[in-house]
Amino acid sequence: MSLKENSVQPDASRWGLVRRGISSGGGSRLLWTVVALLVILLVNRAISPTFFDLRLVNDRLIGSTINILDNAAPFVLLAIGMTLVIATKGIDLSVGAVMAISAATAVMLIRNYEAGATEFYYQPGFVMLIALAVGAICGLWNGLLVAFFNLQPIIATLILMVAGRGVAQLITNGQSPTFTDETLAFIGRGVVFGVPFPVFLAIGVLIVVTLLVRRTALGLFIEAVGVNDRASYYTGLQASLIKLSVYMLSGVLAALAGLIVAGEVKSADPHTAGLYSELDAILAVVIGGTSLLGGRFYLAQSALGVLIIQALLVGLYVSSLHPTTNLVVKAIVVLAVLLLQSPEFRQFATQPFRRTT
Amino acid sequence: MKSRFLPLLMTFLVFSAMYLFAYSQFNSFGSMRIVGNLLRDNAFWGIAAIGMTFVIISGGIDLSVGSVIAFTGVFCALMIDRNGWDPLATFTLMLCIGTAFGALMGVVIHYFKIPAFIVTLSGLFLARGMSYVLSTESIRIEHPFYEQISDLVYVFPDRGRFTFAAAMFLIVLVVGIFLAHYTRFGRNVYALGGNPDAALLLGVPVARTTIGVYALNSFLATFAGIVLSLSKQSGDSTIAVGLELDVISAVVIGGTLLTGGAGYVIGTFIAVMTLGTIQTYLTLDGSLTPWWIKIVTGFLLFAFVGLQRLLGSGWGIFGVKDSSANVPPERQPGIQSS
Repeated sequence: MSLKENSVQPDASRWGLVRRGISSGGGSRLLWTVVALLVILLVNRAISPTFFDLRLVNDRLIGSTINILDNAAPFVLLAIGMTLVIATKGIDLSVGAVMAISAATAVMLIRNYEAGATEFYYQPGFVMLIALAVGAICGLWNGLLVAFFNLQPIIATLILMVAGRGVAQLITNGQSPTFTDETLAFIGRGVVFGVPFPVFLAIGVLIVVTLLVRRTALGLFIEAVGVNDRASYYTGLQASLIKLSVYMLSGVLAALAGLIVAGEVKSADPHTAGLYSELDAILAVVIGGTSLLGGRFYLAQSALGVLIIQALLVGLYVSSLHPTTNLVVKAIVVLAVLLLQSPEFRQFATQPFRRTT
Repeated sequence: MKSRFLPLLMTFLVFSAMYLFAYSQFNSFGSMRIVGNLLRDNAFWGIAAIGMTFVIISGGIDLSVGSVIAFTGVFCALMIDRNGWDPLATFTLMLCIGTAFGALMGVVIHYFKIPAFIVTLSGLFLARGMSYVLSTESIRIEHPFYEQISDLVYVFPDRGRFTFAAAMFLIVLVVGIFLAHYTRFGRNVYALGGNPDAALLLGVPVARTTIGVYALNSFLATFAGIVLSLSKQSGDSTIAVGLELDVISAVVIGGTLLTGGAGYVIGTFIAVMTLGTIQTYLTLDGSLTPWWIKIVTGFLLFAFVGLQRLLGSGWGIFGVKDSSANVPPERQPGIQSS
C-alpha cells in the first residue's frame, strides 16, 4: 500500500506532497527508519554474540549499546539543529567549524582558570556559557546572511565552514591545547546512573526542542517557511526571524557538541574537531526522512538516523572486518538506505516483478 | 560592459591587486620562478576546479573530488610500483574507472532523484574508503617513466621552471574553455543550470548532460590525481582531505553562480591563481601563520557572493539587473527539486 502511495508522480503539486506527508509519510517513514536500525543491530548481534551485553564497572555501564549512545550524543545535537534548518529549506555546513571554534574558546579560557586566574568569567560554568554564546554568534552570522541578505544557505554557511576552522586555529594559535578541569570535562565524560552524561544531554535537548516545536505553533511556522517562505511572509509570519532563530539554535547546539567532544578528550584540536560532522549530521537528517527541499521535518527520526550511522560504525568496530573498510561499508549502507527511500528507485527495482497492464 | 562579465572582472581585479601587493613586498613575484611554481603547485587542484566549474554551472555540486584524487594516487602507486604495471596503461585504466564512477553518480542523481549533495557525499566516503582499503601507508613510486616526466621541463632564462604539471593545467584550461563555450555539450550545461524545466522543454538531453557533467568532473579529478602522482612520485590515501571545499570556493570566487547557469572556466583559473598567490605570499612571509589562508578564503567568498547578490538582486548599485534575480527560491545547488 505504501508503495502505491509513493509511486505518485514526483511532479505532484507541493500541496499534494504536504498532504501525503501528513496522511501517511510520517508514520511509514518512522517504520522504515526503525526497521533499518533494528536490522543493523541484529546484524551486529549476529556478528558479535556479546553485542547487547552490559556490565557495570566502577558504577559505569560498559557495552556496545552504551558506546553507540555515547558516540551518537554530539551528533544528535547537531542533527536536531540541522533538521530545523533543513525544514526551512536551508542547510548548515558550518556546524563542524563551529564545534571547533567553541571547543577552542572553552579550552583556551579554562586554561587561564587553571593557571590561577580568579576573574568570574574564567569560572568553568561561565566558560561554557561563553562557548555557547560564541556558537550563537556564529549562528547569528549564518542567519543574517541567509535571512536578511538572502544568500543561498549553502554558500552562506560555506563561508563559515571555510573560515571557521581558520578562526579556531587562530584562537589556539595552531596548537591542540589540553586541560584538566573536571567540571568542563564532565560535560563530555561524566557518568550519571552509570550512563554517560552526554546521552542525557542529547535526550534532554531532543525532548525540549520537540515540545517547543510540537506543543506550540513554532513547528508549523518552520514548516510553512520551508514550503514557501514568501507565502508564509504574506500570511503574517516573520519568515526572516524564524530562519534567523533556527540558524542560531543550530549554532548553539553545535557549540554544545563541541564542548562534549572537547570534554571527552580533555583537549581541543582545531584541525580535526568536528571534521566532516556536518556531513554526518546532514546524512542522519536525510536518512530520518526530512527532505532537503524543506517543509515537513521529523526530529525523532533524525536522532534515529544518527543511531543508524553510529550503530553501523560500532558494529564495524566489533566485527572482525579490517578498520580500513569502515568508510566503504558506511558509504554502501547509507546509499542503500537512501535508494530504498527514493520512490523512483523502488519503482525501478520492482519493475520486473510487476505485471504489465 | 555586460553585467555578466562583472564578476569575472572583479575576480581579475582581486587577482591583480593581490599579485601587485605580493610583488611590492617580495620582488621575486616578478620572476618566472614564482610564476612557474604557482602553475606547478596549483596544477592538480586547479584541474579539479575546472571540472567543478562545469558541475556548478549545471546547477549541481560534487563533494567527492578530493577522495577521487587520493584514490587515483594510491591506485597508480600500487599498480605501478607494487605490481609493475606500465604507467600509461595504469593511467588509462584509472581514467576509465574515474569516469565510470562519476557517470554512476550522475545516473543515481538523475534517475533516482537523490540530491547531488548526498550522492556525491556517499561518493566521498566510498572513494576515500577504497583508498584506505588499498593502502593506509604512503607508497613511493620509482619508475623510469616518472623520472622522464619530471625531467620534462622548460627552463626560463631566470631559472624559472615550466613543468609538465603546469603544461597539463594550461591544456585542461584551454580544452575546458572550448568545451564550455564552443560545443553543444557546453551550451546544454549552461541551459540545464539556468532553468532545468525550460531546458527539458527546449529539447536539451537532460539525462545525458547531467551524467556527462559528473563523468567529466570525475575524469578531471582522476586526471588531477595522476598529475599529482607524477609530481609527488608517491601515492597517499590521506592526501587532499577537504580539498572539495577549496575547489568549490575557487569556483565561487571565480564568479560562477552556485545556483548554476552562469560562470566562466577562465574565472576559476584566475581564482585558483589568486588563492595560490596568497598561499605563496604567506609561505614567503614567515610572520603570518598558515591558518590565515582559510580566513582570507572565507572573506573572499563572502565578498564575492555579496557582489553577486548586489548584481543579482537589482539593488541598482551597479545600475544593472541580472536575470539571476528571477531564480525561483526552491532552486538550490545540488538540491534540485524533482
